[in-house]
Amino acid sequence: MLQIDTWKRVLIWALVVAGLTFALPNVFYNRVEQHNDAVAAIKKSGSTPDREAQAALWPSYLPATLVNLGLDLRGGAHLLAEVRVQEVYASRLEALWPDIRDVLRPERETVGTIRLQPFDGETLRVRIGNPDGMDRAMQLVRGLAQPVVSLTAAGTTDLVVSGQGEILSVTLSDAEKQALDDRTVQQSLEIIRRRIDEVGTREPTIQQQGADRILIQVPGLGSAQELKDIIGTTAQLTFQPVVSRTTNANAEHGAGEEVLPSLDESGTFYVLESVPVVTGEDLIDAQPSFDQNGRPAVTFRFNPAGARRFGDYTAENIGSPFAIVLDNEVISAPVIQSHIAGGSGIITGNFTIEESTNLAVLLRAGALPAGLDFLEERTIGPELGQDSIDAGKIATMVAFVGVLVFMVASYGLFGIFANIALILNIALLIGVLSAIGGTLTLPGIAGIVLTVGMAVDANVLVFERIREELKSARGPARAIELGYERALSAIIDANITTFITAVILFVMGSGPVRGFAITLGLGIITSVFTAIYLTRLLIVIWFERRRPKTIEV
Amino acid sequence: MRLKLVKDNLNLDYFKRWKLWLGLSGAMMVLAFVSFLVQGLNYGIDFRGGTTIRTESTQPVDVGTYREVLQPLGLGDVVISEVFDPNFRADQNVVMIRIGAQDGQESIENEDLARVEATLGATVGQGVTMVLAGRDASDARIQPILSAAGVAPQVTEVGDAVVLEFSQPLSADANLALVDALKQGLSLETIQVTYDGFKIVSVESVGPKVSGELIMTAIYSVVAAIGAVLIYIWLRFEWQFALGAVLALVHDVLLTIGIFSELQLKFDLAIIAALLTIVGYSLNDTVVVFDRVRENLRKYKQMPLDEVLNLSINETMSRTLMTSGTTLLALIALLVLGGDVIRGFVFAMTWGVIVGTYSSIFVASAILLWLGVKRDWSKTQKPTGNQYADVDA
Repeated sequence: MLQIDTWKRVLIWALVVAGLTFALPNVFYNRVEQHNDAVAAIKKSGSTPDREAQAALWPSYLPATLVNLGLDLRGGAHLLAEVRVQEVYASRLEALWPDIRDVLRPERETVGTIRLQPFDGETLRVRIGNPDGMDRAMQLVRGLAQPVVSLTAAGTTDLVVSGQGEILSVTLSDAEKQALDDRTVQQSLEIIRRRIDEVGTREPTIQQQGADRILIQVPGLGSAQELKDIIGTTAQLTFQPVVSRTTNANAEHGAGEEVLPSLDESGTFYVLESVPVVTGEDLIDAQPSFDQNGRPAVTFRFNPAGARRFGDYTAENIGSPFAIVLDNEVISAPVIQSHIAGGSGIITGNFTIEESTNLAVLLRAGALPAGLDFLEERTIGPELGQDSIDAGKIATMVAFVGVLVFMVASYGLFGIFANIALILNIALLIGVLSAIGGTLTLPGIAGIVLTVGMAVDANVLVFERIREELKSARGPARAIELGYERALSAIIDANITTFITAVILFVMGSGPVRGFAITLGLGIITSVFTAIYLTRLLIVIWFERRRPKTIEV
Repeated sequence: MRLKLVKDNLNLDYFKRWKLWLGLSGAMMVLAFVSFLVQGLNYGIDFRGGTTIRTESTQPVDVGTYREVLQPLGLGDVVISEVFDPNFRADQNVVMIRIGAQDGQESIENEDLARVEATLGATVGQGVTMVLAGRDASDARIQPILSAAGVAPQVTEVGDAVVLEFSQPLSADANLALVDALKQGLSLETIQVTYDGFKIVSVESVGPKVSGELIMTAIYSVVAAIGAVLIYIWLRFEWQFALGAVLALVHDVLLTIGIFSELQLKFDLAIIAALLTIVGYSLNDTVVVFDRVRENLRKYKQMPLDEVLNLSINETMSRTLMTSGTTLLALIALLVLGGDVIRGFVFAMTWGVIVGTYSSIFVASAILLWLGVKRDWSKTQKPTGNQYADVDA
C-alpha cells in the first residue's frame, strides 16, 4: 500500500525548508546586498553607525548568500588577456650576455675573441674566434646554468648550451620556460588583482585560464576600455621612514608626514615621512628566499643610485623601522638591523613561503613582467542588463502562470499537487544556486524558464501512468503506487540523458553558456526530487486523510 | 472537466507510410545541409572574430546615416542593423554595429572604439559631457586647454570631479583631440565621456585567435554530447535504439542549423548551447517512447513490431503533447517577452522542441522499425546490461 516512512517524510520536508531558507535572501535582494556590503566593510575597516544600521537590515541568523548575477545581467566588463611570455624569455637570455662574457674573457687564450651575434629573441649566439676551444667555452657557459626551481622539473637546469663551428648557442630549457611561464603569469595575476582592487569594485573575478591567459571580469565597471586603462597603470613603490605606528586613521601628524594604512593588518596605520628614501624605480630585482635561520624572507637589489641612498639611510638609522609602501598601503615595516651597503638587502618578518613569494612579486610590481594581448573583451551596460532582468522576470511569470493553469486544467487536483511541487522546485533551484554561489546569466534565466516547462514532465509521466493503471481497475492506492513505480525508469533515463548534455555544456562552455548549464543541470536534479518525492508525499498525505474510493487524474 | 489533448484509447497508425516519413525527413536533412553549404551560416563574432557594438539613441535611427559616417573611419567591413523589440520604450532606438576583425590585432583597440563613439555621438547625440575625476574646477591647467581647443563648455564641480558640459555636439576630431589634451595636461588615465541622447550600451569584441578556438570547442561539445548519448542509450537499451535515437538527434541538429542558415539568423555561442539543449530535450522525448517500447516488447511477445511501436507511441502521446505543450508555452513566453538579446537562443530552442517531438516518432521509431529489434528480452536481460530492468518489472 501507499506508505512513506516517517524519516523519509521528515527528510523531504527538511530539504524543502533548507532550500526555501537559502532562496529567501533573493526575495530581498537589495536589502541583503546592503547587509553583506556593510558586514564586509565593518570587518575591513571598523564599525560606523551607518554600517551597523545597514547590517541590521537582515538578521544575521538567516543565510545571506545571494545568487550572483552574471555580467550580462549586472553589467560590467570582461577581458581575456594573453601574457606575452616570450618577452620574458628574450629579456632573460639577453641578461645572460654579461655573465657569459665574464666567464669567457679570462679564457681568451683558449677560445679566442668573443662576439655577441644579433639576437633573434629565442637563441643567444656568441661567435668565438677559435673553434677548437668550443668544448672549453661550452663547459664554462654550462657552469652558469642554475637548477630550475619548480616541483615538476627537479634535477634539470635552466640553460641548454650547444656549439657548432664557431657559434656557441644558448637557449632556455623547456623546464625553465615552463617555470618562467608560471612565474610570469602568477606575477601578472597578482599585479592585475592589486590594480583592480584599487578601484574597489565588488567581487571582481581574476583567474588564470590555460597556460598563459588571464580572465578578468569586473561587475559594475563602465567599460572594458576603462579596465584596460586600469591594468595599464603603473604601481607606485616607495621606501619611507616610519615616524610612528597607530590604530587611528586620523592620527595627528606633522608637516611633511602622512598616515597610511597597513596592507594586511586591518586597523593598523603608520605615520610616515612623505619624502621617500628610495622609490621602486631604483629597484632592480626582488626574489623570495630564506634568512639565515631558514625562515621565508625576500631579498631585493637596488641600482647604484638607489643603493647609495639606501646605504646612507640605513647606516644612520639602525634600529628604527622603515616602511615599504605600495600604492599608498604599507606592505611591511621592518626594523633596520644593520647598515645595508651594496644595494641589496633582505626583508624578514613573520612570512609564510607564500607570503614571501607574494611580497617579492609586489615589490617588482612596478610594471607588468610582460605585455598583454587582449584576445576578447565584452562590455555590458548596466541598463542593458536591467532590461534583460526585467524582460526575463515578465517572461518567467507568464510562463509560470501558463504552465500552472495548463496543469490544473489537465489533471485537476493532481495538477495542483504538481503545481505546488513546481513552485517549490523553482525555490529550491534558486536556493541551491545561492548556496553553491552559482552565477545566474541571461541564458541561465532561459534555463529556468525551460525548467518550468520541463519540470512538469516527470509529474506528467507519473500522472499519465496512473491514468493507465486506473483503467486496469485495481483501486486508486494500487494505481498510484504502480504509476510511480512504472514511470520511474522513463523518468530516470530521460533526465540522465538531459543531465549528460548539461554536464558537457558546463565543461565545454564558458561565461553565460556555463550559467545556462548550471541552471539546466540543477533544474533537472530539483525537478526529479520534487516529482518523485515531493508530489508523491503530497498525494500520500491527501490520500491518507481522504481515503477516496475512486480518484480522477 | 478535464482538458485532454489526446482522446482516450488513441489508436493512430504512424507507420503506414513510414518509408515516406523517413524519406521526407532525409530530404529535409539534405535540404538543410545544402542550405548550410551554399548559403552558409551568419556567424556571430564569437566564431568569426570582430566587434559588435550596441547603441541606443533617443533620436530615431537612419541606418544610412550611420553607414555614411562610419565608412570613412577605415574599419573595413561594417554591418549596421536596427533592432526592434516590443519591450523597447518609445524613445529607445537600438542599433547593432558589427565591425570585422582588424588586421594584426586581437580585440578592438581603445582608440578605434573611442573614434566610433565620438563619431556617432557627433552625429546623433545632442551634447557632450566629460568627467575629470579627482580634479578641482579651480585647477589652473583646465582653462588654457579649453581655450586652446576653442571651446567653452559649462564647467562645474560635482563631488570630487570636474564636469565639462557642451550643449552642442562636438565633431569627432575636436572631441578626441580635446580628450587627449585634457588627459595629458591633467595627467589623467581616463576621462569619462558621455553623450546626450546617445550611448553605447554594450561592446563585444573577440579576436581571431579565440574565435578559432570557440569554433573547435563548439564542434567538440556537440559531437561529445551526441557520442555520450549514443553510449548511454546503447547500454540501457539495444544498439538499434541507440542508432535510432542518435539519427533523430542528428536530424534535429541539422534542421536547426538549416533554418538558421535559411533565415540567416545570427549563429553564435548561445545557439550552440541551444543545440545541446535540443539534443537533451529531443532525447528525453525519444527515451520515453523507447522505454515504453521496451516494456511492450516484453509484454506482447507475439505482436508485430509496427503494432508494438504504434501502441507505445499512442500510449505515450498524451504525455508527449503535455510536456511539449508546457515547454512550448514557457518558450513562447520567453520568445515574445524575453527581450531581443536572447531571442535567437530561444528561437532555436522553440524550433528544436517542435522538431524534436516530431523526430522521436517519425525518425527514431521509424528507424527502429526499419532496423528491427531483438524480441526475446527475457533470456538476455542480464548480458545486455539492463541494470534497472527490475525496477519496472
